[in-house]
Amino acid sequence: MTTTTAVRPTPPRPGPPSKRPTGSRAKAWATRAPLLPALVFLIVVTQLPFVATLVISFFDWNSLKPDQRHFTGFANYGSVFTDPALRESVLTTVLLTATVVIASVVLGLAFALLLDRTFFGRGFVRTLLITPFLIVPVSAALLWKHALYNPEYGLFNGVLTWFGNLFGIESIAQPEWTSEMPLMAVAAALVWQWTPFMMLILLAGLQSRPAEMMEAARLDGAGPWQMFRFLTLPHLRRYLELGVLLGSVYIVQNFDAVFTITAGGLGTANLPYTVYETFYRAHEYGLASAVGVVVVIGTVIIATFALRVVSSLFREEASRA
Amino acid sequence: MRHHPRRRHGPRRLPRTAATAAALALLATGCAGAGGTSFGGGDALNVLMVNNPQMVELQKLTKEHFTKETGITVHFTVLPENDVRDKISQDYSNQAGQYDIATISNFELPFFAENGWLRPLDQYVDADPDFDQQDILPPVRESLTHKDGKLYAQPFYGESSFLMYRKDVFEKEGLTMPAKPTWKEVAELAARTDGSQRGMKGICLRGLPGWGEVIAPLTTVVNTMGGTWFTEDWQPQLTSPEFKKATKFYVDLVRKHGELGAPQSGYAECLNNMTQGKTAMWYDATAGAGSLEAKNSPVKGKIGYVPAPVEQTKSSGWLYTWAWGMQNASKKADDAWKFISWASSKEYEELVGATSGWSNVPAGKRASTYANPDYRKEAGAFADVTEQAISEADPNNPGTQPRPTAGIQFVGVPEFTDLGTKVAQEISAAIAGRQSVDAALATSQKLAEKVAEEYR
Repeated sequence: MTTTTAVRPTPPRPGPPSKRPTGSRAKAWATRAPLLPALVFLIVVTQLPFVATLVISFFDWNSLKPDQRHFTGFANYGSVFTDPALRESVLTTVLLTATVVIASVVLGLAFALLLDRTFFGRGFVRTLLITPFLIVPVSAALLWKHALYNPEYGLFNGVLTWFGNLFGIESIAQPEWTSEMPLMAVAAALVWQWTPFMMLILLAGLQSRPAEMMEAARLDGAGPWQMFRFLTLPHLRRYLELGVLLGSVYIVQNFDAVFTITAGGLGTANLPYTVYETFYRAHEYGLASAVGVVVVIGTVIIATFALRVVSSLFREEASRA
Repeated sequence: MRHHPRRRHGPRRLPRTAATAAALALLATGCAGAGGTSFGGGDALNVLMVNNPQMVELQKLTKEHFTKETGITVHFTVLPENDVRDKISQDYSNQAGQYDIATISNFELPFFAENGWLRPLDQYVDADPDFDQQDILPPVRESLTHKDGKLYAQPFYGESSFLMYRKDVFEKEGLTMPAKPTWKEVAELAARTDGSQRGMKGICLRGLPGWGEVIAPLTTVVNTMGGTWFTEDWQPQLTSPEFKKATKFYVDLVRKHGELGAPQSGYAECLNNMTQGKTAMWYDATAGAGSLEAKNSPVKGKIGYVPAPVEQTKSSGWLYTWAWGMQNASKKADDAWKFISWASSKEYEELVGATSGWSNVPAGKRASTYANPDYRKEAGAFADVTEQAISEADPNNPGTQPRPTAGIQFVGVPEFTDLGTKVAQEISAAIAGRQSVDAALATSQKLAEKVAEEYR
């Protein structure tokens, strides 16, 4: 990547214009111009709808009462921060995101460390482990709701019954998974989907460890735990950060699992689900837009950090060459 | 601890604005829902409808029959229920006339009519004796008539609720289902049939959050036990002794003898339980019977049907109908009426009966359907009970006290979709045992109070 040096604006002088600034400016535009159509397209398809959402969020607008639409200023934002149900959904979102990200990073790291060794059938195992990430989120959620959690014909209780029969226990417990731990039920389905994503990122990190360094450590008599603690983990720090940040951005926006498994009941309604309810059930377009804007602002803050991490990774790769 | 020093390539160049802009671009993906409707020429009708199976069938038959006979082309836009409600209210509120006809239910009819979005159909009905308006079941007809006395929509099909039970299980246990059961009797029968087969529960009742899920059957129980959502002058009654008693009864029954996983069970899950022999009784929509008696159903012929259980009222079945409402701004009113009168006609029912079988007929709206021998042969097990349930439904007086709006299993105000869903979340949590019924209703009362303030 070439970095252009900053151009100091030169005061306009009479006579022939100075060559250098205009020349470099022209050169700068020559590199920018081909990118312009893409930029304009991006602004039109992403930023204009967002501006519309921003404008709508300042209106009291119920679609079933079109005649009563009026400008309310920040009233909708006031409701977002004072309505207990909305506050709870912010908390739910944070809790759900943190749980899923931490659990899938830990599991992903474990799987990545295992896959980093050479053994027979490694490619096959890796493919199997990645599969959950490739399943359409809504079908994954349906699968968890019906095939696994269902207390009557779900796999979990089926396995329990089978165990019971094995040891001659007549009526073994048949927990109602989703009702007894609703948020955990949603989180488990999401962890299952996101662990492969974390595993892939961390596996890439592990495979970029300098071999000679590990070799040197081994010769110096470092044990496996010491090698992991003092060499692997510091090396993986950036990859862990990247996984956590990208994962957070995606999981904050998750809608499918909440909608399908619990329909937002039992305190599992997160922000995206609340936006959906406000828009489609309450027909409150203004309020729904305000919630949406708040979610975007929150996510932008996270995403900014994510982008910084990514760019520093790129820089390191470049400097390593 | 860094194992290689970072070589600096000049100053760090990632302007924050650029990062934020890129992040925004990533995240602020506006969902521009492309409607994808091809609007036909000047004489084509545009119909917006919900994607239920009966409507999809209609779409198939229109081209071959209606267009062939009348020469009127019809363009359909078919969407899921939530989206269709949204799109209809958008289009009708602007009176842009983009759609001539839409499927509306008896829930939104009052406020659509109040807003002047619908065209009254009385003059067309009067001029079209073949349509036989008197054949439409009176409660359905009334639920589509606004309080100004004008008719604003024609039903495509109607439904009520009733109790379905396994005759063979009752026989085995030596039990008899009363011809008109009370809820007290049903609770006892649920206790007796619970566990009569391995994995079989006494009764299936919805517990899934949603104004159209758990709230519908629960509200019919509240009505018949003397409760109401609001008094006539908009005082919320969710913490009244009657409402509490009914809700406690419902929650206790489903916790004791109901299906497992009740807080996640809606209409679809209960239908599944009944079909798979996991429950001895099921109180739900009359539409469920068609699926239970379908050709490949393992419980076909084993099910008995009785009216919705009661306590203090004569009947307690709900009333719901999908109906054709004509947009007031439509410029093709005469053609639109031709389509509506064809889709809601006896001939159309016969056409469906002949092409895809009588069990798929959009029933529940005409008295003549239930007198039709072909239909009775196919749906005899539940035809009379269904007709009785719909005929006895009284949206204007469903309980023991006067109401502010018409409606049995809902309160006829636009806010109810949201209020009902939020209350449903509370009830669902009570069914899951995460809070008491009293706590659930106390929270719900506050929500109802907010809605009532706007109407007082």
